[in-house]
Amino acid sequence: MSKVFSFHGGIHPPGNKKRSTRAPIGKAPLPKTLMIPMQQHIGGPADPIVKVGDTVLKGQLIAEPISRISASIHAPTSGKVVDIAAYPIPHASGLSEECIVIEADGEDRWIEHQGLGDYTRLKRVDLIEHIRGCGIAGMGGAGFPTDVKLHLSEDHIVNTLIINAAECEPYITADDMLMRERAHEVLGGIEIIAHLLRPSHVLIGIEDNKPNAIHALESVLKHTELNIDMVVVPTKYPSGGERQLIKLLTDIEVPSGRIPADIGIVCQNVGTTAAIYRAVHFGEPLISRIVTVTGDAVLHPRNLETLIGTPFSTLLEACDLRPGALSKLVMGGPMMGVTVENDQIPVIKTTNCLIAATAQEMPEAPPAQACIRCGMCEQACPAELLPQQLYWFAKGREFDKAKHHNLFDCIECGACAYVCPSSIPLVQYYRYAKSEIRTEQRDQQKADHARLRFEARQARLEREAAEKEARRKARAEEAAKAQQQKTAAKDDTSVEQASAATAEPDLKQLKTAAAVARTKLKKAQKAYDEAAASNADNLAELEAALNDARSKANEAEKALTAGAPAATEGGDDNLKQLKVAAAVARTKLKKAQDALKNAEEKGLDGVDKLRTTVATLEQKANEAQQAFEQAGKATTPAVPEEKPAEVDIKALKQQVSIMRTKLKKAESALEGCEDETEKARLQVEADELKQRFEQATAEFDKAEQVLIERAANSGIDLKQLRIDAAMARAAVTKGERSLSKAESDDERSQIEQDLVAARAKAEELNLTLSQYE
Amino acid sequence: MSTVLTAVIVLFLLAAVFGIVLGYASVRFKVEGNPIVDQIDAILPQTQCGQCGYPGCRPYAEAIAGGDAINKCPPGGQSTIDALADLLDVEAVPLDAEHGEEKPRSVAYIREDECIGCTKCIQACPVDAILGAAKQMHTVITSECTGCDLCVEPCPVDCIDMIPIETTPNTWKWPEPPSPMQLIATDRGRGEAAAEAH
Ligand code: SF4
Ligand code: SF4
Ligand code: SF4
Ligand code: SF4
Repeated sequence: MSKVFSFHGGIHPPGNKKRSTRAPIGKAPLPKTLMIPMQQHIGGPADPIVKVGDTVLKGQLIAEPISRISASIHAPTSGKVVDIAAYPIPHASGLSEECIVIEADGEDRWIEHQGLGDYTRLKRVDLIEHIRGCGIAGMGGAGFPTDVKLHLSEDHIVNTLIINAAECEPYITADDMLMRERAHEVLGGIEIIAHLLRPSHVLIGIEDNKPNAIHALESVLKHTELNIDMVVVPTKYPSGGERQLIKLLTDIEVPSGRIPADIGIVCQNVGTTAAIYRAVHFGEPLISRIVTVTGDAVLHPRNLETLIGTPFSTLLEACDLRPGALSKLVMGGPMMGVTVENDQIPVIKTTNCLIAATAQEMPEAPPAQACIRCGMCEQACPAELLPQQLYWFAKGREFDKAKHHNLFDCIECGACAYVCPSSIPLVQYYRYAKSEIRTEQRDQQKADHARLRFEARQARLEREAAEKEARRKARAEEAAKAQQQKTAAKDDTSVEQASAATAEPDLKQLKTAAAVARTKLKKAQKAYDEAAASNADNLAELEAALNDARSKANEAEKALTAGAPAATEGGDDNLKQLKVAAAVARTKLKKAQDALKNAEEKGLDGVDKLRTTVATLEQKANEAQQAFEQAGKATTPAVPEEKPAEVDIKALKQQVSIMRTKLKKAESALEGCEDETEKARLQVEADELKQRFEQATAEFDKAEQVLIERAANSGIDLKQLRIDAAMARAAVTKGERSLSKAESDDERSQIEQDLVAARAKAEELNLTLSQYE
Repeated sequence: MSTVLTAVIVLFLLAAVFGIVLGYASVRFKVEGNPIVDQIDAILPQTQCGQCGYPGCRPYAEAIAGGDAINKCPPGGQSTIDALADLLDVEAVPLDAEHGEEKPRSVAYIREDECIGCTKCIQACPVDAILGAAKQMHTVITSECTGCDLCVEPCPVDCIDMIPIETTPNTWKWPEPPSPMQLIATDRGRGEAAAEAH
């Protein structure tokens, strides 16, 4: 027998356990409908894999875990899935969460299942996977999925396995009864866990108020080869707390913020060991558990083997609830449990006790008084905290300070509140402070995440803007280069072409220049007129300026008119389009003709129809061709010498290449020839071909040159022109508007001048535009 | 005399040595960025809604560092103001109602069959929480949405709703216990009795 140590603080509340241990474990009646919450513990919820309307068998998997810390859920009985929706769940908030509702068919028919036989032959991972697949979760506290703990030996050295059989909270006897009646299952489970974790030492911690359970365990422990020590600890609340039990059995304190595995210890609850036993030896998933139903309001308090999902009301009825006696329904023990308002809430994997208390049994808490700093809470606290200090911090919303005073080490055991002479609901304050801090952390995380995303977006926008800018620059450079090339090309073309070329690319510039010159002229004129009217002495000067402006305007106008006609020849695009249309029409016609021929050959029915189609297509093709030719002709007069070159460029090119091939052929023939006369003849032929080739090349070059020229000439951007025109028009209307609003004469005359310029520009642009459209 | 001189020289040397060391340290351990702006930014809720009048939380953080008022952020509410007051050691003031009031957190929800796919909301979202492409249905990635409201206004068909975030058992908070009575025990009940008597 190991030595027993002790932990700080603790209390001795009345046990109230005897009443529920008189009767053996019963079986809870099968309810009509069972509600199985998808989240029964901390961690991720499970994801339903059944649909409404599906029939399920007892033990069938109905929801899969979606994350590492999440457990499978199985159907507790056979029946039909009637709903998957949010229902109230056993949670302090009383809120609803997703549940699968199963209507029991009363047959309670099992799905095929079987145990693993000799589990020691299996690989550890497979065995743990099997346990995970059975949905085993801790049945004592938070319902932490057990498989996570079973994996602990992979990255921790596990020396000691502690089986928590203390069950220190008053009223609860579920583990006690389990050990009394099913000690072999508990032992079997311990063996499996020990096999997986390979601890050097197994300790069972049990309070001395359970002599029957101790006796039962002792009798089965005789048959095991494992090194198991049963440690009977004195009854003191909360010896069942994980850290407190570790301290009791090993005298080691788990450091704040660490888990027991960090010091080589793993704890498991007895209930969990029994569940593991059933899962491994019989293949039964965790679909039921033992629940203590007790309290003064039920006539027959006892323990019931209850299916997960059974509503509390079914259990209360099974234990004969005294009508009208129930004043408070508590889920869990009297110290750490929570009051629930709704008796339709279902049992889940962690529901160990249900207390139907009368008003005398659990009276309303007396009103809280001010803290008198008596220090009793500090003496009772098993976590060696300073409860009153934490209370002040929580009350004053100084959560940071509470955190620094290790608020999160508080196990919410309620010992401090139990001893507090001022009846301050201390635990409530800690829960409140904890959830405030958790929310704050969540918010902070979210905020940090949002900040990252915001900054990433900002960076992206900046990058995009920079890229745009770079592209714009590249375009501008390209345009400048093209301009240069154009100027270069211009230099070596004939004079008359050159005139058109120079006028055209600068047409826009010319226009602006002309408009500016005109405005200047007008301004000068006005100034002159005014001066003349007032007989100013700088009249001569002004006159000179006026003349200068006039001549400049005239020049600009002249340059513009010289440039404009050449530029107006913008029908090229249109021509191309027509050409394409004609080509398309021709292709269509050809296709139709082919189809017709095909059809005629085979004597198909659709021949007539095809014929008409061909006829119409023929017509269309002709029309298109005509339109194209006409358009070509219409364009021709303006640039007569260019027209043939433009059309024939392809033919010329072809000719050049034909000539080249012919020439090459002839030359190779010449080389390969032996006969002298033949050679001479070939020589002559080759020479001739060469000449012709050269001629064709020259012709082609010339044609190409012309083409380049023309492309440059018609380089005006119609779209841009349109936008410019629209903008100019807008400027005019704006000017008019501001003119009507203008107040002083000075202002008006200024606006008038601007307006005149804007009008001129708009008119001009409109004119050019009309020439093109 | 010589002792005085020695003392002066020694002091001078010491000053020079420390000067060099400090000068070096200030260059060597120079703090990058503006830490106070970072600290303020860390307190702001990062909703990026612009209600404070700045285009995002960081610009507001910079403005606060430059002396702007600390009570212009409605999403942060009083707790943010308190935290800022604490950080900057200034008086905590109530929220400036001019910039809006503290509202429960919400997320945007797009009624997807009404969306015309104009992408306006994407351009408005400060944290890229909206997914979609031109002429395609758009949707909000709820976990990324800060509830800033900025996408609601530009939507031409008004198909975006701001839905308050529901409390789930995971996000539920324990309420603050009622404040303990500050009465002498024997006075308990007298208040009510007195009230009834009237
Ligand atoms: S509830 Fe927390 S503070 Fe109070 S005694 Fe228990 S562990 Fe200590
Ligand atoms: S036991 Fe109660 S009254 Fe005493 S110090 Fe703690 S909180 Fe204050
Ligand atoms: S008002 Fe909006 S943008 Fe301004 S700091 Fe607060 S959350 Fe950020
Ligand atoms: S702004 Fe409205 S319509 Fe446009 S993409 Fe967004 S949700 Fe759709």
